[in-house]
Amino acid sequence: MGRYLSIFLCCARACLVRDMTFRANFLLECLTSVGWMSMNLAFYLLVFTFTSEIGRNTGWTREPFFAFVATGLIINAIVQAFFMPSAEELTEMVRTGGLDGVLVQPLDAQFLLSMHRFDFSSLANGFVGIGLLVWALLRMEHAPPPIAWLLYPLTILCGVAILYSLIVMLAAATILMGRNQSLYDFWFYLTNFSRYPAEIYAGPWGSPLRALCTFVIPILLVVNVPARVIAQPFAGQTWGWVAAAIVAAGGALVLSRVIFQAALAKYRSASS
Amino acid sequence: MMASLPPSDLQASAREPGLLQAGIDSWRIWWTMLVICLEERLVYRGDFILGTLMRFLPIVTQVFLWTAVFGATSRGDIAGYSRNDIVAYYLLTMVTRAFSSMPGLAGGIARSVRDGSVKKYLVQPVDYIGYLLAARIAHKLVYYAVATLPFAAVFFFCRAYFPPLPDASTLAAFGLSLVLSFFLGFFLEATLGMLGFWFLEVSSIVFAYMLVQYLLSGHMFPLDMLAGIPSGIPGVSLASLVHWLPFEYTAYLPAAVWLGKIKGADLVWSLVIEAGWVVVMAVACRIAWRRGTRRYSAFGG
Repeated sequence: MGRYLSIFLCCARACLVRDMTFRANFLLECLTSVGWMSMNLAFYLLVFTFTSEIGRNTGWTREPFFAFVATGLIINAIVQAFFMPSAEELTEMVRTGGLDGVLVQPLDAQFLLSMHRFDFSSLANGFVGIGLLVWALLRMEHAPPPIAWLLYPLTILCGVAILYSLIVMLAAATILMGRNQSLYDFWFYLTNFSRYPAEIYAGPWGSPLRALCTFVIPILLVVNVPARVIAQPFAGQTWGWVAAAIVAAGGALVLSRVIFQAALAKYRSASS
Repeated sequence: MMASLPPSDLQASAREPGLLQAGIDSWRIWWTMLVICLEERLVYRGDFILGTLMRFLPIVTQVFLWTAVFGATSRGDIAGYSRNDIVAYYLLTMVTRAFSSMPGLAGGIARSVRDGSVKKYLVQPVDYIGYLLAARIAHKLVYYAVATLPFAAVFFFCRAYFPPLPDASTLAAFGLSLVLSFFLGFFLEATLGMLGFWFLEVSSIVFAYMLVQYLLSGHMFPLDMLAGIPSGIPGVSLASLVHWLPFEYTAYLPAAVWLGKIKGADLVWSLVIEAGWVVVMAVACRIAWRRGTRRYSAFGG
């Protein structure tokens, strides 16, 4: 475990050095990332000029909703910074045979393939998310209880684990298919469902969709559970949500591991 | 450099005297380029179909979001849009974006400048902008051929959200605004790509453009919602300011025309402005190409 940690830190240091070598580019990437996020925040501010709540009696008024958005920013920043860049490289590695070099290393292939490249500029949104969270919590009618502060980081980790598992499963599909550009687009479109409170998925079409995105592909648990813990009154059912997130994260990690190993077993080298 | 090249049939035909023959040859070259580009696009048709279907997914969340917003408020409409209007608006902007979005165009032009592949268009009797336009029309034709079925299915499924079918003149205006939005989108992005002659790498500029375009084109929300938002200029709302820019013609205008939000003289005036923007951007693109190629230098084979 210590060896893996030191390799992880070594890769992180190397990527940071590379990012700092092109400081202007790094700064520009941070700015564009924050620009995109600011645009979305502007849209939500506009929405709240027409309504005081997202969904009737859902509790997602302006400040809790912005705490929800902030939580999503933090989780996505972690995933985009630490896992997505490696996954994006995998397509080319499979196609060109670069994956062979990874498989002969005396390390776990999943670890090396999913955590060897980092994009620290993506963390900019995470820092803005923390600022937004503080802003929202200071203006909320009720302060989160101490237990919420304990569960919040735990449930954020669960959200990261679910997204990480999804990336690993898509990476496995890359190995099987050779190329899967559309599947990575699919990842972005799928995570789009996690951007809003689960309560908006209601009615004859919304309820089945909500069930699908909670129990089959638990994408709705990623942001909803930590945001509910910190931004909604802590009640008995909150424990149920936390338990669901922990179970979903554990299950997703195990399933993704099994699928990834099965994909590797079917891998045929593309190199000469 | 031109003289050292073996005279091809294309070059020979391009040197034929006579305006009519030159026109026929030019059209034949353009048609050949279009057919080649069509064949290229169809090679990856599986990926294309999957990508097309996935583009509808974000609309689903928007439908649920606005349903929740209307569910929480007692208002019957927001900025003149009922809940059904907003859903129809988002679906119609999907159609508009299918015409006006030009994925990879600006980046592709800048890359061809950077890696030197643009020089083949300088020595061949092929107009680069014309070639790009043919390639983009081919791309769009394949896209429409593939996307018509999912689009028709989604629109049929969501038909209850739409008002009754507009009259013939509105439909004609809608069609015209779509065609113009294609040309406007093309020349806007092509001009951005031409900046590659000066900056080589334009990805940051393109990303900044995409941000502004996404926000101010009406892709994100109907621009009428900005009517009450101050722009910082006394007496001028943000909506009025946005109307002076070309972006709204690439998403908002056709959708607003179909929904009857713009009618009569306003509609005619909007189409005239849109056509004006197409001409302005086409000229800007041509000037950027001429000036860019004048300062361009390439070495090696």
